[in-house]
Amino acid sequence: MLRFAATLLACLTLSLPASSQQADAPIQQLLQSQSDLIVESSRRTIGPAIDALANSGLPAAQVVLDKWQLREMWVNTETGLFVYAEEVDRDTLRIFDFADGSLIGDVPDEGFEQLKPNSGIRGLIGTALVQFQLSDPDPDTRQRALDAIERGAEESHLAALRASLPTETDPQILARKQRLERLLTIAYGATEAERIEAIQSFDGDLGVDVRAALNPLLAVRVEAAEALPSDDDIGRVLEPGSDTLSRDDAYALLVAADLAKPRISVEDQRNALIANIADGQVAGIQVATLNSQDARDMAYAALAEQGTVTAVATEAEVDQRLANHVFFERYVGAPPEVVFAAKAALNAIENKVAINQMFDLSLDALSLASIYFLAAIGLAITFGVMGVINMAHGEFIMMGAYTGYVVQLFIPDYTLSILVAIPLAFAVTFGAGVAMERLVIRWLYHRPLETLLATFGISIALQQIAKNIFGTQARPLTAPGWLDGSLVINDIVSISYIRIAIFVLALLFLALFLFVMNRTRLGLEVRAVTQNPRMAASMGINPDKINMLTFGFGSGIAGIAGVAIGLYAKVTSEMGSDYIVQSFMTVVVGGVGNIWGTLLGATMVGFLQKGIEWFNPSNTLAAQTYMILFIILFIQFRPKGIIALKGRAAEA
Amino acid sequence: MTDAALPRRQPFALRFPSVMIFLAILALFTVGVTILSEGFGIGVISTSFIKTLGKTLCLCLVALAMDLVWGYCGILSLGHMAFFGLGGYAIGMWLMYARTEIIVLESLAAAPLPPTPQEVSDGIATQIFGVVGSSEFPPIWAFAHSLPLQLAAVVIVPGLLALVFGWLAFRSRVTGVYLSILTQAMTLALSLHLFQNDSGLRGNNGLSGLQNLPGLDDVPQATVSLWFFWASALALGLGYVLCAWIVSGKFGSVIRAIRDDEARVRFLGYPVEAFKLVIFTLTAVIAGIAGALYYPQAGIINPAEIAPIASIYLAVWVAIGGRGRLYGAVIGAAFVSLVSTWFTGGQAPDINLGVYTISWVDWWTVLLGLSFVAVTLYAPKGIGGLIDLITERKSPNRHGASLGPDQGSLREQEAEK
Repeated sequence: MLRFAATLLACLTLSLPASSQQADAPIQQLLQSQSDLIVESSRRTIGPAIDALANSGLPAAQVVLDKWQLREMWVNTETGLFVYAEEVDRDTLRIFDFADGSLIGDVPDEGFEQLKPNSGIRGLIGTALVQFQLSDPDPDTRQRALDAIERGAEESHLAALRASLPTETDPQILARKQRLERLLTIAYGATEAERIEAIQSFDGDLGVDVRAALNPLLAVRVEAAEALPSDDDIGRVLEPGSDTLSRDDAYALLVAADLAKPRISVEDQRNALIANIADGQVAGIQVATLNSQDARDMAYAALAEQGTVTAVATEAEVDQRLANHVFFERYVGAPPEVVFAAKAALNAIENKVAINQMFDLSLDALSLASIYFLAAIGLAITFGVMGVINMAHGEFIMMGAYTGYVVQLFIPDYTLSILVAIPLAFAVTFGAGVAMERLVIRWLYHRPLETLLATFGISIALQQIAKNIFGTQARPLTAPGWLDGSLVINDIVSISYIRIAIFVLALLFLALFLFVMNRTRLGLEVRAVTQNPRMAASMGINPDKINMLTFGFGSGIAGIAGVAIGLYAKVTSEMGSDYIVQSFMTVVVGGVGNIWGTLLGATMVGFLQKGIEWFNPSNTLAAQTYMILFIILFIQFRPKGIIALKGRAAEA
Repeated sequence: MTDAALPRRQPFALRFPSVMIFLAILALFTVGVTILSEGFGIGVISTSFIKTLGKTLCLCLVALAMDLVWGYCGILSLGHMAFFGLGGYAIGMWLMYARTEIIVLESLAAAPLPPTPQEVSDGIATQIFGVVGSSEFPPIWAFAHSLPLQLAAVVIVPGLLALVFGWLAFRSRVTGVYLSILTQAMTLALSLHLFQNDSGLRGNNGLSGLQNLPGLDDVPQATVSLWFFWASALALGLGYVLCAWIVSGKFGSVIRAIRDDEARVRFLGYPVEAFKLVIFTLTAVIAGIAGALYYPQAGIINPAEIAPIASIYLAVWVAIGGRGRLYGAVIGAAFVSLVSTWFTGGQAPDINLGVYTISWVDWWTVLLGLSFVAVTLYAPKGIGGLIDLITERKSPNRHGASLGPDQGSLREQEAEK
């Protein structure tokens, strides 16, 4: 009666009656048959309804799933019929028929209830939708469908993927589909031969997806038995107490398989004893004496004899049980033949991965080495050539980086600002270096320890001044856009462009240094003054001027290095001190007074640090620690560095 | 000249009046501070300032060690604060263990069963290492329960490290600035190692709560701080006498000679490396003891304390005070660290320049750095050099030698008559 009244009301208020909906269309019938599941949807129970829709073969099924996922499916609370709708305004719906997509009309939304699938259900719907999208005319939709398969593959996708292969026109998408099809065959292929063939087709493929597809096949379950079974699917035999299977885990396995008595944790034992305290005694033993583990074990055994608590295994029993059983892995991921094929393929891949990782690590090490080289090359001039210990060298690097930062404040274009910053940083630090040489270092040439201390005084003063001006937080020095991103060689080997740029810059500096020192008048005079200042002076060279220029040159290079390092690391007032010890190490390890030595030193330090990090990837602090220790030991054996100067130059 | 012609060797104290003067000033200072303190006296000086003074005395002691190794032996070690820190860590481990043990025992006493040793140990470990996500004692804490063993570690750990490092460095003839950089690398490596959470010493949290002596919760800090002040003064006095004794004899002459011309001393047949190693190790031990007295007063130690910068400041103190004279090191350490406390504590008045106000909290380090440069350039003798202005007014004691180069010139004894 009520229903009739409602229908009547609807007929009266609507321009087009809802009765024009095709209630007997196959898709609507299908929906009605699953109606309960769909309306009362929960992630656990919805599966059959979605499967029924997806496998129905009805063209409208895709529309249903689509609209359902977009939360545009509504159900008529009166008739129970499903429609999809768009909201015209707050109270009015424009509803459409699923059967042919025809407009039914605008209705008030009181009689309809929106279906709101949660994210879990939407995921399931998405998975089911994939098979429709794979043959969608729009390439983007097809790509998205492939993305969805990559994220969460299902058995049903394999058939859909295969079905969509012949009709694929885009060669790029076709290649992707074929690869995915082989990957899915590994997991869901019908026959073993088919799966093995798919596995073997990926021989030596470095893709992460291949390893992700192969690894589940090698899943194992640890089992225990009195004797090793001779089944095909037995993997390795495990020794209790080894890294892969601890004693506790092994025994827990026996207990779980009902092959041994349970053990009790210290915690449970204590609680059991406490529960059985009576008159200050446990099983006739004074509580006060239970202050050692042996005493507690004894008290518990006494309780077990009384039958108050269940008996537990003693250590001796545990040992005996463990000795009597053999522990092994059983492959549960796939049939044995597939497992062996997967294993062989994975081994081949892993070997190749290892080689590529080594290569990647070498690239990393090389770029670290170029950073150290950049930081140290200025020092190679002031310390290596002139023999002046400049502890403020790190602060010159910092000044260069801050110069770059200030330039970027005024010139917003990053490419231009870097081009301006590099010569400006050189000019600023050159000036600072010359000033420092004039005011301080000149007076201390024959007192190296005093030079060290005085330049250190300058270093802390400069650091604090930078802190006062720029604050303590890190300042950005942004690289130009064309340096973003990285050069990707394969899934394992990649190197960022900025590191390549730093590497190139390091090579440029090396060339510049060699050119200045060996091919110019200044270089000749520098070498002359370094070897014998008095003789150089009598040849008409002004040693004071040369020393000043050389020091300025070294400081200027530090400034440019500062810009490069600032692009790669943070710019703070303390960035100089982060590099100073490593820089000195680089110069000392390489051999003072020889640029090739500095190059070798930087390479060694860089490779060493990356190598140590490779052993212990989570801990860069440890890597630095061990590297410094190694260098201290290295200097024991080659106190003059890798390339030691010989003859007269060495005595200077 | 025969031995008989030499005047009789005077007692140590008379030959080095500066030692007596120093000890007298130190004693006077200690008594004065005690009288003015809150714990035992009239309460003019606050407890926190007593702690500052006590810490300063410890810094003077480590500066003394630095002066011995640098000012007298010419080894510019930029790693002596590492030994200082190791001494602090050694005593800190016991302080922390013992205090936590008391707390854990108290909390376990309420449990129905008496605790097993394992439970006590687990409880302490959880308390101490919970902050770095561990609940097991690292092996280096094996002796932390025992005060005598940890006190021995105060001496042995820095001494052993210095012995091994020094042996390696000196035998391969690493000298001068190379040695300085190497010692700096050592202290950097040590601090980086301690910064790791799995180093076993609580990573960058360090050891804390060291000002509370285990079992002495009833004694007020005012009293405890005076105890430490006295201990620091005593250690400084003893250290001063020891250093003065070392540099006074033949040994002292040899190490000074090594400072001035190492090659020549080697050619004279002295085992230069052994002398340097003895001095390096001995000063490391003194630094360790100073650290063990310093950190219970500071209350906390963390790896930042042994960063390379700390050791360089140590060199700064000695250089400003005047190296190559023991009182110079003490004056430098006391002066710079107290002035530094004054400036960085915000007590120094800011200078208003109209356009910019110089806030000393920010600019003190700049002033220190620049004055350090100035001292190195213009006053290599440091503050201690001022004392020369007084002592040089008196003619030096020539031990009876002739006053001039000529055969006929007066001998000293004749001139004094």
